[in-house]
This record gives sequence, structure tokens and C-alpha cells, in this order.
Amino acid sequence: MDFLTITLPISGVAINPLLLVLLGVAVGVLGGFFGMGGAWMVTPALNIFGFPMPFAVGTDLCHMAGKSIISTRRHAKFGNVDVKLGLIMLSFDVVGIEIGARVVMLLERFGLAGVVIRWVYVVFLALIGLLVFYDFAKRKQMDKVGEDDSKSAITWHETLHKIKIPPMVKLPMAGVECSLWLPATVGFMVGILAGFLGIGGGLLMMPALVYLIGCPTYVAVGTDLFTIMLAGFYGAFTYGIKGRIELLAVLIMLAGAAPGAMIGTIATKYIRGYGIRLMFGATVVCAMVSVILKQMGWSGAASWVIMTAVTAMTAIVAIGMFKGAAKELRAKKVTHEPH
Amino acid sequence: MRVRGRFRTAALALAAGGLFPALAAAAGEKQEKLVHVADTRGLSGFNLYFANLYNTNRLLFTLEAILLTIVMGVTLGYLMDKLVALIGLDLSKRDVKE
Repeated sequence: MDFLTITLPISGVAINPLLLVLLGVAVGVLGGFFGMGGAWMVTPALNIFGFPMPFAVGTDLCHMAGKSIISTRRHAKFGNVDVKLGLIMLSFDVVGIEIGARVVMLLERFGLAGVVIRWVYVVFLALIGLLVFYDFAKRKQMDKVGEDDSKSAITWHETLHKIKIPPMVKLPMAGVECSLWLPATVGFMVGILAGFLGIGGGLLMMPALVYLIGCPTYVAVGTDLFTIMLAGFYGAFTYGIKGRIELLAVLIMLAGAAPGAMIGTIATKYIRGYGIRLMFGATVVCAMVSVILKQMGWSGAASWVIMTAVTAMTAIVAIGMFKGAAKELRAKKVTHEPH
Repeated sequence: MRVRGRFRTAALALAAGGLFPALAAAAGEKQEKLVHVADTRGLSGFNLYFANLYNTNRLLFTLEAILLTIVMGVTLGYLMDKLVALIGLDLSKRDVKE
């Protein structure tokens, strides 16, 4: 496949564009399905493909913004994007990111940044994974006794909604009325963690929207993508000014991400919210195992775990989407057939 | 004293980085290039235009890169919508619940 190798004009990296397209498809599918930017998989993958780390981050951010346009547009048409909620959370999120980044600088002075960040990351991924699996198990129990299936098994948000510090805000798409300070605080805390851990935040924002704000899973996914899109453009701007964007790679990845994002977004139409949560939990656990392996010095195994997880999840989501679509088309055919 | 201290630090940094680059490189991890210039030799068309823009006007390069990303994202999203509608899937409603 060497004849396909191209040299990218700005970074000078020689790469097979098919790899970029495939990476775009995978991150498009998972991003559209889980409501994540996917920086945790794209940045290391680009780095493995030979991109220097700053180029990997900048290129990923720019591609993430473009890909999120496709997913957000689709989710908005499904009525899954709460713009007001997204803007409130994002404006406090950026303040949190700055504080998180400063904490990292402080830790760096003591030479502790790498180890501390990796272990905090592991702890948070473990907590999110546990929370999602506990929630899923509880929901299963509720299903057995025949409880209302629109109700969430974990109801922390109901307790948080009782805090009525003015001003109150109505979030129509999320179906929530709460104090403005709830999404503001949650956005701020997610921002601190995202800035500290050096990740986009989708991995944290999605469960925070579900469990702390009380969004339905679909609205959490759509709103999260909306904030990722805006954050991605900001990131693309700042990395572009510093000259760390490989534009051709962004466009090639976008070509793959477009059908991927469509598959991922449409899959949310056929897979139940709790199915999305369960798969999200499994992905988070794989990411956690990968970070632990990296911490132990087994980088090869860490990359293998993350790539296998990404491939498997992409395949599962794509199969779910195609099965659902085939069922819908068959049903339509039956309705339209003359009796 | 403070100025003297700073001068000494600057002199040491110059000695380590400028006079003994190998020593400076060995002192820590491999550093990324601070100023990156795109090699425009052998490029043509789209690649040449953006590589030249990258080398001469970083702000314009960034703005055009973002604009191109937006245009491509919107266009591809629109085309995908059309394709899905052509297949016959209804994307206006969802039947499954939480």
C-alpha cells in the first residue's frame, strides 16, 4: 500500500490517507453515538501514525469541530440539542478548563503532573464506569417489577433540582427547570477536570448531563456535541495561530467522519438510551484499562486495548444502525404494499 | 542581586542551548520545533496555496482553515442527509425510549 502514501504539506508527515479515512469513520460513528469529541482516541492514534504531539492535538481539534457540525445538525433535527443548556455549561466550562490547566502547571513544577494526572484519570474513569453499570443494573431491576421505563434509575438530579437558588432557568429540550447555578456549577467542575486531565470533556460532560442535570440520554448526547463543536473551533483557532494544524489531514478525516457521524447519530434512533449508556460504560472501562497499561509502561498493549475497543464499538454501533434501518424499511414496505 | 541572578541563568541557558546543543538536548525530552515552516517544494494547487499561506500569514491560514472545515462539515452533512432520505429512512422522529 506504499503507493498510496502521501506527504502532508505542512507537517511533512508521510501517511497512507486510508488510515486517516478509517480513523475518521470510527471517531465519527462513536462521536455521533456517544456525544464525544473522541480526542482520547484520535490524538494518540495520530501520534502513532507519526504526527508530532502538538500537530496531533491541533489537527484533532479542528477535525472534531467539523465532525461535530455534522452530528450536531443531525441531532438538532431529532430535537436532541438544548442550545441554552449547552451555552450555559460551555461558558462556565472554559473558566474551569483554565483553572484545571493551572493546577497542572503547579503539579509540573513539583514534577508530579504525569503520574497524578494519569491516576486521577483512572479513578474518574472507574467511577464513571461503575456509575453507568450500577445505573444499568438498577434499571433492569425496575424493568422486572414493571416500573415506568421513562424514569431514570439514578435520580441524583431530582435532589439537585430541589435547590432553588435564583435565577431559575427552563431548559425545554432537556425537559428540566432548575437553578441556573446547577448547570453552571456542573459545567465549571467538568471544565476543571477536563483542563486537568487534558481531554475534551465529552467523556465527563455526557454522564454529568444525564446524572446531575437530568437530561434524557439523547439530549445529553446532542447537547454535548453542540458544546464540543464550539470548543473544537476555539481549540482549532488557538492551535492554528500556533501553526499546529495539518489542514489536508483534517479534510481527509472529515470525509470519513461524515458517513461515520451519520451512522452513529442515526443509530441513536434505534438503540435505547440505556443501551447507549451501557456501551458508553464499556468504552470508559477500556479507556481506563488502557491508561493503567500505559502507566505500567506497556504502551503497545495500551494502544492495542484502545484500538480494539474502538473497532469493536464502531462495529456494534454500525450493526445496530443497519439492523434498525433495515427493520424500518421493511415495515414501510409492508405498509405501502397493496392488500 | 536579582538582576545578576537572572543574567547568570540566561548565560547558562545560552551556554547549554546555544553552545552545547547536544548537552541541552540530552538534558530533557526531545523538544518540538518552536517555529515550523512548511516545505513548499514540489507542491502545487490547493496544497501549495495553503502551505504558502501557512508560511506567510498564520491568522489568515487559521481563519481559512476553519472556514473550509465549516463549509465541508455543512456540505457533507447536507449530502449525507440527502443520501439517507434517498434510502427512505425517516429522520424526523424517534420511536425508542430511554
